[in-house]
Amino acid sequence: MIPASFDYHRPESLAAAVQLLGSLGEEARAVAGGHSLIPMMKLRMAVPEHLVDLRSIAELKGICIEGRAVSIGAMTTQAEVIASDALAQVCPILRETALQIADPQIRNLGTLGGNVANGDPGNDMPASMQVLDAQFEVAGPEGKRKIAARDFYEAAFFTALGEGEIMTAIHFEAPSASHGYAYEKQKRKIGDYATAAAAVILVMEGGRCSQASIGLTNLSDTPLYAQAASEALVGSSLDPAAIDAAVAAAEAIADPVTDSRGPSHFRRKLAGVMLRRAIASAQNRAA
Amino acid sequence: MSKKAISMTVNGRPVEAPAEPRTLLIHYLREQLDLTGPHIGCDTGHCGACTVDLDGQSVKSCMVFAIQAEGAEVTTIEGLAQPDGRLHALQEAFREHHGLQCGYCTPGMITRAYRLLQENPDPSEQEIRYGISGNLCRCTGYQNIVRAIQAAAQNLNSVPEAAE
Ligand SMILES: Cc1cc2nc3c(=O)[nH]c(=O)nc-3n(C[C@H](O)[C@H](O)[C@H](O)COP(=O)(O)OP(=O)(O)OC[C@H]3O[C@@H](n4cnc5c(N)ncnc54)[C@H](O)[C@@H]3O)c2cc1C
Ligand code: FES
Ligand code: FES
Repeated sequence: MIPASFDYHRPESLAAAVQLLGSLGEEARAVAGGHSLIPMMKLRMAVPEHLVDLRSIAELKGICIEGRAVSIGAMTTQAEVIASDALAQVCPILRETALQIADPQIRNLGTLGGNVANGDPGNDMPASMQVLDAQFEVAGPEGKRKIAARDFYEAAFFTALGEGEIMTAIHFEAPSASHGYAYEKQKRKIGDYATAAAAVILVMEGGRCSQASIGLTNLSDTPLYAQAASEALVGSSLDPAAIDAAVAAAEAIADPVTDSRGPSHFRRKLAGVMLRRAIASAQNRAA
Repeated sequence: MSKKAISMTVNGRPVEAPAEPRTLLIHYLREQLDLTGPHIGCDTGHCGACTVDLDGQSVKSCMVFAIQAEGAEVTTIEGLAQPDGRLHALQEAFREHHGLQCGYCTPGMITRAYRLLQENPDPSEQEIRYGISGNLCRCTGYQNIVRAIQAAAQNLNSVPEAAE
């Protein structure tokens, strides 16, 4: 499988990359780790005439933590997310999520920014980003702006990223130190996208759930922020009735396609199973 | 699209060969440099047969354009044995412990295991299985591959200078 021909560019600054993408127009594509784009180019589902490689732009890399404010450069690899003890200290759900993406080789090149910018509903990071209420910072011909992770996804491979815009960084406030978290993913094998997956962050105070945030992966044509399911937990002691209500609310918004991972109704039920496990695990980990 | 000379360091040797931007690293290695150790199994990033070392990290060379590796240091299975032909401890261990049958996955498997042992010189069985989870083997059932990597780790740890 050989991709169609293209011209290759490797700018060394963000300004140069924005300028290049702007001047080359809609036939140009940014490439980060290439681990979603190159497979699509091999299948000729993507036929860019120009690739603008972001790998040499130092300002797009690195993890910066100040107090509970976290900023991660878009070109930070998934392996670097896993390796950062400082990040795992304040926000362990990102390591837990990244460890369930593909395999070690893929994570060495695949980036965090690519995983969230790609817009494939199978990508694992977007649900965790929605649970964290992250903001995606982008730079384009008209300057910089921020887009909320919860507003970013429009349909499969359609996002709020405008033409010529580059995602530069991901910003969020880490949840309170006592929070519990989990990313539970059911897959057929290592390197497979989720049959169903759920991301959960909880804060418990005096035996009651004071904050809850739930996201779902690969259960619709976008990642899903499960607002009603989250609300069903808040104020409860995470008793069986509250969990049943959250699971019912999550299943109600899940609309997975029937594919090689299973029929739609099976995958919807599995979303509930993943959510139950994620809630139990997050509750155990909450201080 | 026109070809351009692409240079990098492969198995410690500076190389330069023409390739188009769309030429994948695996094709550059196999067809331009005659390094046919890295195999093409799936061409989709799943099987790991094409695994090489790129700037000190394991990558799947069917998922990287050669031009992206311009200026990089690449190690393939051909670069693991000593110049005098003595096999690397991992190669010895795979032979000794029957870590291969048809051999198709072996170059990728050993190149991955080589990097795994640099990252974690004394891995548990679980860590080995997780560490090689991006490499598929259709023959062995993995048991003997894991044993071979354990044996090589032990050997390398008892003779530190053999680690290189
Ligand atoms: C075998 C295999 C298994 C996989 N399994 C999983 C899995 O289980 N879970 C999972 O989540 N992913 C999986 N992936 C995908 C992998 O995580 C990709 O690395 C990721 O989806 C895309 O990141 P990338 O850096 O490789 O981006 P690329 O492939 O380079 O880019 C993807 C898309 O995003 C755009 N883009 C990338 N970066 C930016 C940026 N900074 N600004 C603007 N646009 C940008 C590109 O233009 C392109 O359209 C798998 C991939 C393979 C090959
Ligand atoms: S050929 Fe590259 S992963 Fe299978
Ligand atoms: S030995 Fe045949 S695929 Fe592994």
